Amino acid sequence: MITLLSHLRTAPLSAKIGMGMVLITLIAAIFAPLIAPFGETEIAGDVWLFSSSTHFLGTDSLGRDMFSRLVYGARNTIAIAFLITFLSFVFGVTLGFVAATIGGWVDQLLSRMIDILMAFPTLIFALMVLSVVGTSIPALIIVIALLDSTRVFRLSRAVAMDIEVMEYVEAARLRGEKLWWIMRHEILPNAMPPLVAEFGLRFCFVFLFIAALSFLGLGIQPPAADWGGMVRENAGAITFGIFTPLWPAAAIAFLTVGVNLIVDWALHVASGLKD
Amino acid sequence: MDFLKQNSIFALVAQRLSFGLLTLFIISLLIFIGVEALPGDFAEAILGQSATAETVEAFRQELNLDQPPVQRYFSWLGGFVQGDLGTSLANGRPIADLLGWRFKNTIFLASIAALIAVPLAVIMGIAAALYRNTFFDKVLSMTSLSMISFPEFFMAYILIALFSVKLAWFPSIANINEQMSFAAKLNAVVLPALTLTLVVMAHMMRQTRAAIINILSSPFIEMANLKGLNRLRVVVLHAFPNALSPVINVIALNLAYLVVGVVIVEVVFVYPGLGQLLVDSVSKRDIPVVQASGLIFAATYILLNLIADILSIISNPRLRNPR
Repeated sequence: MITLLSHLRTAPLSAKIGMGMVLITLIAAIFAPLIAPFGETEIAGDVWLFSSSTHFLGTDSLGRDMFSRLVYGARNTIAIAFLITFLSFVFGVTLGFVAATIGGWVDQLLSRMIDILMAFPTLIFALMVLSVVGTSIPALIIVIALLDSTRVFRLSRAVAMDIEVMEYVEAARLRGEKLWWIMRHEILPNAMPPLVAEFGLRFCFVFLFIAALSFLGLGIQPPAADWGGMVRENAGAITFGIFTPLWPAAAIAFLTVGVNLIVDWALHVASGLKD
Repeated sequence: MDFLKQNSIFALVAQRLSFGLLTLFIISLLIFIGVEALPGDFAEAILGQSATAETVEAFRQELNLDQPPVQRYFSWLGGFVQGDLGTSLANGRPIADLLGWRFKNTIFLASIAALIAVPLAVIMGIAAALYRNTFFDKVLSMTSLSMISFPEFFMAYILIALFSVKLAWFPSIANINEQMSFAAKLNAVVLPALTLTLVVMAHMMRQTRAAIINILSSPFIEMANLKGLNRLRVVVLHAFPNALSPVINVIALNLAYLVVGVVIVEVVFVYPGLGQLLVDSVSKRDIPVVQASGLIFAATYILLNLIADILSIISNPRLRNPR
């Protein structure tokens, strides 16, 4: 913990700014009911009001308070994106480590299957699958997590390949440790730095991906507040010179820029540790 | 010896080609099975609970659902190869008619974006690599990092707010039709093309910069520098030819990304392209249209990736001599 804190202190300015941005969004998400002046779906005033003292960012296409919806939206969108990224890492890292440690035909089979899945554009794949299974939240989570785990698989397999040839893994094998033990106690701790950096990257990707799907009307369904969906709901306003849809879009950009700034630094640290 | 070398390139290229074809085949199978795996009967799902047994039966016959799956798959794929894509469930029109000009529109938009983005990104990437860690490079790097983090629609709406609402230079809706002149079409697609350009340029620039820096740190460049050659000569004659392979690869990969990224931009600007049709059909659950446009997107994407692969094999001496 202490090393982590001292690490944070040595972070460059850009990474600190990134952490600040992520922290602000997280606080908004966690304390949403305390921060938001109005309810998530509460109709609080007229349609598309400009910002005022009661409505900090104005109101949306149904007269709901934009600021409150932004705050609640942080909660919904981040929670789902985080869950998806987590699941995708559970699938991807497990399969990647298994492929690297067992090798042989298991590795061949898994790698070729992943190659084929990756040869297909993710957005198109997701659209097609969702058109068949429908756009429920569980379907959304599982479909995106599975599609995204292909990228995680590639990385964790490559990282595990490097670790797998180390003497300590050899020693563990000769001791007669089981596959799962080796993966858990020898490979995983040593693979952490690049995986953590990748987690940030994947989170950004998933987050943007859900935002895009919601924007297309196929992600998180209304009336739940969600940043991508909020852009969609208010998109018509822009041609009248009302910039309401820019707020949720900017919120998405705010969080992803923040995460990317941290990731940039984390990648730097991770590559430094490898040398 | 030379002949053998040539041969191994051919072998590699043939290998990639067959892998691409295999991928496409498996994707088509997946697309088909995906619909097959739909819980319950597809016909009932579309027609709803209130449909009578007769209508469901008639609908099943119309979609050939009464035939065995294997036979249906091959007749679907066979039709697809010959340009017969079936009919849309939503309006009963042949899908080939629906897709044809929309696909042309999508390609039109994507190629305009590519024409602007590729030269700009490569030049800026090289410049950033040459003057790396200067103020110029840092500004460029920060800007491109933010661009990557922005969702496409954010960029699109900023451009609309600026150029369409405030300045009223370009239309916010990119509606084009076949009667329009080329110039009118061009004017209509300025904003969507610009959005795509910005999105894809950031990626391309960063990767080009990384590729060039990688080359600049190799021993032969150090040698050239130590010989006292001037900077421009080192970059143009020594570094650039070696950076060509990664840069070509980066470009081709980003073009593949462009073809997919077009979906959201088309929706924002209500542009009559393939992406817009795909999204509409997904929400209408017009499965035959979804299948057909998905397969076309996949084929384009795989083709561009294949070209990237093959070009990087041809232009990379190390890949030309496999172990």
